[in-house]
Amino acid sequence: MSYLERNLKSTPRGLGKVLYFHWPLAILIATISGVGFLMLYSVAGGNILAWAQPQMYRFVVGFVMMFIIAMIPIVFWQRMAIFAYLFAIALLLVVEFFGDVGGGAQRWIDLGFIRLQPSELMKIALVMVLASYYDWLDESQVSKPQWLLLPLALIVIPTALVLKQPDLGTAMLLVAGGGVVIFAAGVSLWYFAALLASLVGLVAAVFYTRGTEFELLNDYQYRRIETFLDPSISPYADGYHITQSKISLGSGGYAGRGFMEGTQSRGNFLPEKHTDFIFATLGEEFGFLGGITLLGMYMLIIAFCMISAMRNKNRFASLLTIGIAATFFFYFSVNMLMVMGFAPVVGVPLPLVSYGGSAMMVLLGAFGLIQSAHIHRPR
Amino acid sequence: MMEFDHKGDVKRSRLSRRALMLGGIQASVAAVIGWRMHQLGVKEGDQYRLLAEENRINIQLLPPARGLIYDRDGDLLTINDRVYAIEMVREQSRDPELILNRLAQLLPLTQEDIDKALADMKKRRAFVPVTVATGLEWEHIAAVSANAPALPGVTPVLGLNRQYPKGPEFSHIVGYVGSVSDYDLNETDDHDPLLRIPRFKIGKTGIEATLEKPLRGEAGIKRIEVNSLGRVIRELDRKEGASGVDIQLTVGQELQTYTLNRLKGHSASAVVMDVTNGDILALASGPTFDSNKFLKPISQADWKEMNDPHYRPLVNKAVAGTYPPGSTFKMVVALAGLEAGLIDSSEEVYCPGHMEVANRKFHCWKRGGHGHVHLREALRYSCDVYFYDLALRVGIEKITQMAHKLGLGERPNIQLPSIKEGLMPTKDWKRKVKKKDWVLGDSINAGIGQGFVLASPLQLAVMTARIASGMKIEPRLINLYNNEVYPTRGLEPLDINPNHLAIIRSGMSEVSNHRRGTAYGARLKPEQGGPMAGKTGTSQVRQITAAERRKGVVRNEDLPWNRRDHALFVAFAPVQNPRYAISVVVEHGGGGSAVAAPIARDIMARTIKLGDKGYGNLPNNRTREQT
Repeated sequence: MSYLERNLKSTPRGLGKVLYFHWPLAILIATISGVGFLMLYSVAGGNILAWAQPQMYRFVVGFVMMFIIAMIPIVFWQRMAIFAYLFAIALLLVVEFFGDVGGGAQRWIDLGFIRLQPSELMKIALVMVLASYYDWLDESQVSKPQWLLLPLALIVIPTALVLKQPDLGTAMLLVAGGGVVIFAAGVSLWYFAALLASLVGLVAAVFYTRGTEFELLNDYQYRRIETFLDPSISPYADGYHITQSKISLGSGGYAGRGFMEGTQSRGNFLPEKHTDFIFATLGEEFGFLGGITLLGMYMLIIAFCMISAMRNKNRFASLLTIGIAATFFFYFSVNMLMVMGFAPVVGVPLPLVSYGGSAMMVLLGAFGLIQSAHIHRPR
Repeated sequence: MMEFDHKGDVKRSRLSRRALMLGGIQASVAAVIGWRMHQLGVKEGDQYRLLAEENRINIQLLPPARGLIYDRDGDLLTINDRVYAIEMVREQSRDPELILNRLAQLLPLTQEDIDKALADMKKRRAFVPVTVATGLEWEHIAAVSANAPALPGVTPVLGLNRQYPKGPEFSHIVGYVGSVSDYDLNETDDHDPLLRIPRFKIGKTGIEATLEKPLRGEAGIKRIEVNSLGRVIRELDRKEGASGVDIQLTVGQELQTYTLNRLKGHSASAVVMDVTNGDILALASGPTFDSNKFLKPISQADWKEMNDPHYRPLVNKAVAGTYPPGSTFKMVVALAGLEAGLIDSSEEVYCPGHMEVANRKFHCWKRGGHGHVHLREALRYSCDVYFYDLALRVGIEKITQMAHKLGLGERPNIQLPSIKEGLMPTKDWKRKVKKKDWVLGDSINAGIGQGFVLASPLQLAVMTARIASGMKIEPRLINLYNNEVYPTRGLEPLDINPNHLAIIRSGMSEVSNHRRGTAYGARLKPEQGGPMAGKTGTSQVRQITAAERRKGVVRNEDLPWNRRDHALFVAFAPVQNPRYAISVVVEHGGGGSAVAAPIARDIMARTIKLGDKGYGNLPNNRTREQT
């Protein structure tokens, strides 16, 4: 019996499951994380202790966690979905009342050993609970309005909590991630057309109310949008971020200035150089080639996930995989667009590369779920 | 192929369709991202690379060492002294007041100094270094360096401080340097970035000012890589500047000192020239001042003294003072008459002690008159009536022409500031400037160097040198300029009949050497290197009215100082083969023969005694301080 046939026909058990892992996906994840270590080493000016080493520890822990999650049958995670969601909601409430204020927004819970970012957890929990809901719901009912109420509520509650922190970026990712699951579940396209139309209306409303008592966004969010639209408004304040990151990316040229040769991050011209804007340094040091290669690797991950999802006969597994992949996609695309001056500066990290514990852990855990769905797919 | 049951097949196809749609959307977003990357990095890469360079590269100026000035003997007249100072950058020190108070524990800083530094920092942009303390000792610098971590934004700097070792003797020639003022920046079209350096000093007067640019040299440039706070990461490259050019004067210290001392007690000036090449051997204006006093804040008393309204120590009277030349102008009138063929050396004029023209009486200085005088006698006795008559006959235009030939009314071409041209009037000039017609009286006054005629001591020295040498001698103040000999000018003969010049010279000789000459009392004896030939001059600064004259002219000594006559004397020596020319002007000194001539004689005696030792060599391997 060949490896391939075994993979298709038999349901693996015990430690034998390791053989049924989506190994290309796991290797790709490790490779991108490796790129992250290199970049963190570089932006620290050759200091491994600053960011690269802590990030490696987290990666190792997260990678092991990914394997453990992957070994547990997907059915278990399906049952856990509602609890994960409720747990994440509870954490968001805790943050709302007791959280530390970091970067002008309440986002953290300091548990002593780790600073937990509940909104990261929420992104995955929301996808899980929606996938579970649509697996339970008969497919012929999905487009009926009454069956849309619950999923919308499931999205709106955490989004509202996250917006209150305020964290515009995560809120957008939550809506987008949830929306993708609903979309993949087969809800009528008309809803989405209507949503798009009302979104345009909302944007108009947001700007129309500016300066009145009914302002919908915080002043800093307005300013961010404004400086996104025209960074020259304040080249030394908000617009400085975008201007400098564009300079970094552009100055890399075709092949880059070489590893550790980026003057922009070495001279501290780049803000948040080890977190949200790390892609700018990658562009400066490895140029267009480096950037497009990273983008290619990210897209390959998306492709692996989509193929895995389409071939999986378990509806929950498929929806979960698509939802997580979409969330992952939103992470890197919004981050890259932001760094390149095509999206507002909303504080979304570059997945697996940016320095940060919560996002790394949550993402690796989420890939554990995708692996579990892949291993335990019906044969 | 996978096999699905019927129901599953429908589900599968719907989900797969949606997944493919999603994939398509994602792929197109990825395409946009990739296109943007290409646009930024490849299409507009050059532009962004330039911006990145601008971000990280700072240009620092390396101030050049200022050129040095030497005297005739090769001795230094300027020194670039090492000076330690403390600079502070507001932006980097965050809390300047706290840091300044810490500094005060290490340096002799008063509360006043601290307040001034704070005010300075507030005035300038946050990243501009401001000098907090200067003129510090090495120990202070060491203390600041040792405490550097507690003193953010504080930098010890080594600068060059200009000093003038000879003090007052050369102050009028060398001048002094001072900080660049806002006025300087607005007035000049000099865009040298050095001028923007806060402590940078430029020449304010003297040669320091007139040769500012060559003395300043060229700034070097250091390109350094900085971070966003301006902290230096490393030096990229540097282009060394060029230090300023060195200059050697024609003036020697010994004679200059002697001349200044001889003028002591007067508001006076003297110029000694070599008539064979125009070299200025001494150029003195008394009282003088000390250039070094301008390097520090000037005390109230010093400032008052320097701005004395009568003695005006800051003015270099040798070039900037213009006076009616009085009888020293008679050589010009005589030459004009000789050249025009209107007189010869033997023609006599009768002097009854006055001359009447158009109902106005013009008096000779000798009330009784000189009787019949010819040209040499007229010069010897300085008979005014002879020259009244001559001036009327020659006319002002020819006199002025001759004056210009001898360098009067021409701007002397030497490297000093505020040089005055003097004035040689013409009929046109009077019509234009005074809006009046030229009258005979004007010519008569001009005949004895009064009226509108004005000349500076330097011009009178040039005139004398030209008469003595018969050449178009031009004054020369600089011997070596950047190790090259500065050209001697005017060695071609004057456009004047040499015989006529000889007549004038012998007339001048009689002034000094004839028993009844006006300067006989101040003659140069043969053992002093004489004889010399001169001409006295006493120029009135007031009009003597007819009423006054009837009462009897008030004696000079009884007048207030500033209404007394100027005393002048010009001379050359030796009479045969003239070598040196001198002019002395004593403001309100009284009579030329009594006051100016003895001074000129003494200086001339010293000049001859010192002789021509030639130029001293400049030190070859001199150490140049480099910042």
